[in-house]
Amino acid sequence: MKRGSVFKIAAISCYVLFLLASWTFGFTTGKEIGYNFASFSLYMLKILPCAFILIGLFEVWVKKETVEKHLGEESGIRGYLWSVLLAGATVGGLYVAFPVAYYLYGKGAKLSVIFTYIGASAICRVPMTIFEASFMGIKFSTIRLLLSVPLVIVTSMLLARYFTRRKYQIMPGK
Amino acid sequence: MHYLYIVTALALVISVIASREKTLKALKISGKRFFSILPDFLVMLILISIVLFLVPDKVVSTYLGTDNKFNGVLIASLIGSITLMPGFIAFPLCGILLKKGVLYMVLSAFTTTLMMVGVLTYPVESAYFGRKVTIMRNTISFFIALVVAVMTGILFGEIF
Repeated sequence: MKRGSVFKIAAISCYVLFLLASWTFGFTTGKEIGYNFASFSLYMLKILPCAFILIGLFEVWVKKETVEKHLGEESGIRGYLWSVLLAGATVGGLYVAFPVAYYLYGKGAKLSVIFTYIGASAICRVPMTIFEASFMGIKFSTIRLLLSVPLVIVTSMLLARYFTRRKYQIMPGK
Repeated sequence: MHYLYIVTALALVISVIASREKTLKALKISGKRFFSILPDFLVMLILISIVLFLVPDKVVSTYLGTDNKFNGVLIASLIGSITLMPGFIAFPLCGILLKKGVLYMVLSAFTTTLMMVGVLTYPVESAYFGRKVTIMRNTISFFIALVVAVMTGILFGEIF
């Protein structure tokens, strides 16, 4: 077993013990933390299973060549366009974008495109942006989108170039 | 969120019609991948539950309303980086703060870092992409958020 996973198991067990103890002895801090944990877990459980089902279906049905053609090295500017559109349709947040991006990379998407996808799914998910605009005004959301999306694309290209030059390997097969 | 369920259900139905075996294989892959990342998700949820206890909404409201603009932006972006909130909580909160007179640029720094910079999602991000990618992506995102915030300030006439 790796050191990392021993640490994870230890941390998770300590935490569970702490919650149990707080519950038994009526320790309010622990109860509040437990409540936070439960509400966030429920929130993510509403999204993650669907996301992973779609990831599985995608793995089985979509050919590697298709991903390579539209999001891979030959895709050019269209690759970025696709990744921003896909990000717009993403639900949840970064924690959904990471696995999706990771498996897209495994299927042949290029590094700069998946970095763009991660960044864009943080900032331009369509339902979220509509919600944002209704509270902050359209001007606010427009400024934010028009500035941040190009910045995300340019920095993703630079980041990808940096890691490609250093032959950085993202481990496949998680 | 409902459209996620609709899309997933439709995709499953079409997949079953097209090939039962392939669908089964897909679901096995889904399960395997989900459970292999689950410990990292648990660590992330633990971090979230503790940090949200230490930095509740009230604290966020207090700190974002500081008098000095640039301190405000800096503090907002730090709080946005270390916390995690779903949009349906964050934006109504920002709407209230806006009415209270908190500047657009401060709220922009807060929401953009909230969305793009994930200190709490570090366990999941680094499990997939490694430490180096995670740190660099988050650092860059932090600076993107600052640029966006300053530009928002300029365009809303809050700086000059």
